[in-house]
Amino acid sequence: MPLTIRYFAAIRERLGAQETVSLADTPARTVGDLHAWLLTRSPQHAEALDPDRGLRTACNQALCDADQALAEGDEIAFFPPVTGG
Amino acid sequence: MSDAPAVQPALQQALASPLQQALASPLQQALACVRVSPEDFDLGAEVAALRAGDAQVGAVVSFVGTVREWSPDPAAVMTLEHYPGMTERSLAELIVRARQRFDVRGVRIVHRVGPLAVTDQIVLVAVTSAHRHEAFHCAEFLMDWLKTQAPFWKREEAQGEARWVASRDSDADAAARWHAPGGQP
Repeated sequence: MPLTIRYFAAIRERLGAQETVSLADTPARTVGDLHAWLLTRSPQHAEALDPDRGLRTACNQALCDADQALAEGDEIAFFPPVTGG
Repeated sequence: MSDAPAVQPALQQALASPLQQALASPLQQALACVRVSPEDFDLGAEVAALRAGDAQVGAVVSFVGTVREWSPDPAAVMTLEHYPGMTERSLAELIVRARQRFDVRGVRIVHRVGPLAVTDQIVLVAVTSAHRHEAFHCAEFLMDWLKTQAPFWKREEAQGEARWVASRDSDADAAARWHAPGGQP
């Protein structure tokens, strides 16, 4: 089962709501690796996932750090700092 | 006893309910206190439901966040995006942590999503407790952490232009005040 990569808010506007990628097709083993790999995929990815914008990450719907390990079937999300309430 | 009268469904439900509640995990119980929906809410009705039948309640604190005017455009719209599934879970986790920290009776969080107009209600946090300080502090704790942890994003659209609202350092500072030594909220 591939990874599902989900995007929200300004990142979703640039890249779409989600994409899937097989872990076997990437060198990524952690969420930080995946981020670094996504940045190389297209200029749009590099722009949308710029860490200077204050990127947040979640693994299987729980906030996570860059060193979070990846497994096939995981749902990884990238989004800006939250602004609800 | 196949000829015994069947227990009425409503009675069965009433009997099963306390047991189910006792068996449910704290997170499952907390999930039942959370609603994320485009629908508006009625503060009075929500508080009445939260207090109903609980004679140990001596204090009720509620907070309602609303859409403040940010543009002279009368057609200005604020749209709340969220991460379905994670949103409910993160709010429920906040309630579990709040219950570990404060001696409260009932907790309720309602958060709207989708397009909202100026003056519309966005969020409700309501807490009941025996005494006022626990309810005040718990409600403030929940709002401070909701604003920095729950996956909602505000997009403002007015006068033909749209922009995503930037997070504020003051919100992060407010949440950080509550940090326990272990780093958990």
